[in-house]
Amino acid sequence: MLMKEKSRIMDKDGLVRTLTRMAHEILEKNKGTEGLVIVGVRTRGAVLAERLAVLMEEIDQYKPPVGVLDITLYRDDLSSIAQQPVVHKTEIDFDIQDKKVILVDDVLYTGRTIRAALDEIVDFGRPLFIQLAVLLDRGHRELPIRADYVGKNIPTSLKETVEVRLKETDGVDEVVVMENME
Amino acid sequence: MSLLKEELERNLNKPEVDKASLRKVAWVRKDLLGLQELSREELELILSTAESFKEVISREIKKVPTLRGKTVVNLFYEPSTRTRTSFEVAAKRLSADVINISTDSSSVRKGETLIDTGKNIEALKVDIIVVRHNYSGAAAMLARNVHASVINAGDGWHEHPTQALLDIFTLKEKLGRIEGLNVSIVGDIAHSRVARSNIWGLTKLGAHVTVCAPPLLIPVSIEEMGVKVTSDVEAALKEADAVNVLRMQFERDTENAFPRQLEYFKNFGITVDRLKHAKKNILVMHPGPINRGIEISSEVADGPNSVILEQVTNGIAVRMAVLFLVAQAHDQLRSKARTRGAKKI
Repeated sequence: MLMKEKSRIMDKDGLVRTLTRMAHEILEKNKGTEGLVIVGVRTRGAVLAERLAVLMEEIDQYKPPVGVLDITLYRDDLSSIAQQPVVHKTEIDFDIQDKKVILVDDVLYTGRTIRAALDEIVDFGRPLFIQLAVLLDRGHRELPIRADYVGKNIPTSLKETVEVRLKETDGVDEVVVMENME
Repeated sequence: MSLLKEELERNLNKPEVDKASLRKVAWVRKDLLGLQELSREELELILSTAESFKEVISREIKKVPTLRGKTVVNLFYEPSTRTRTSFEVAAKRLSADVINISTDSSSVRKGETLIDTGKNIEALKVDIIVVRHNYSGAAAMLARNVHASVINAGDGWHEHPTQALLDIFTLKEKLGRIEGLNVSIVGDIAHSRVARSNIWGLTKLGAHVTVCAPPLLIPVSIEEMGVKVTSDVEAALKEADAVNVLRMQFERDTENAFPRQLEYFKNFGITVDRLKHAKKNILVMHPGPINRGIEISSEVADGPNSVILEQVTNGIAVRMAVLFLVAQAHDQLRSKARTRGAKKI
């Protein structure tokens, strides 16, 4: 697949501002960090979850616990995928029973990842509620799922892909839209 | 668009950290018949997948929906409690349905052949057959004759891959690595599929393996598998990071090659006294069932060096990994075949 960079949505500063706003929104809606836990979807959702927790600590002097979810075992497309995903570990070292869970992912697209993540979270206990925070919502949902906190809405075509690059995983903080040239 | 595309999009142009998550090594085998034919990378893939499943089985809800709608048949021509139960638990933890067939109560008694039994099981729309048979090569023969995935749960004296994988998984979990470890296997090497699978797996992963048994129970030219051979149990223990103690399979002694039980214990039994000459933290493993006072003393079996019961727990994680990988490969092969068929039209 030949991909060309079409546009740059966010740079480093933009990302910091967006995440800071989202951290404020989450704290505003939940009236602080009490009972709050953050769970990120591997790989970039986990990085964003950690960053949001750090930002919340700056605002509220308390860092909510952060967990990592690997949804491979909950996917609905085991047979139809061409390249096998490698199963990684889910790491939720705290009790989620009656907690306010903020589920974090980088891009909200079909909604299938979130469906799998929700199934997995409830296997760990019964949270008080789950809210969804995504850095980008690019539309094209295939399931009735919406985010409670959105960093940025970006209308995309199916020919385009959205790439979130983060310092921890990619060495740089940026969000770009790529276009398939074929 | 599928989740895959979403995933692939995310994985485009990523540096090292994430290439690891879409490694080149994919599992493409419909069956797991032995460790001899596996590459080092395939062994490592099973072990790392099993690590994730270990996390799953330590949850309060020890179950994931991964193999929902799949059916696993345990077809056992030899008695087994541990392995059959372990496969059954593993399959259930993956939400598969499980059917147990033991030959005592089946048509095998009426003379049905293995292949016919296999084809009949397949006609029941079964996805995975876990087979144990007293003939070496039985699992491979079945695999050639059915479309379902076949997992070898022990064939004659040949291989018992999932047992070796769980032994290796336990070693890696406890000692952090396999490369460079000294592992001694003590017991009836000649009749042991566990020994053979362990030797294949451990040597591929870079461990130094020593086998130790009475001379009559050491198979001819076993050195060619890349192991050291001794009949001196203290020498075998001296440098070992781990000792895998095998059960004396007296039921297989058709040639009077076996020593008397007491004599064996005296000369080869793993006892507290013998372990005094070994490394202080030597791991003591045993595939079970253990014969106390024959190949191992109770003090050692229940002692601080023993990881025998942890092996049993790890067996579930490893078997979940194997069931998951063969099921995934099988589905992909089938969907590829379907796509090819569609194109022709």
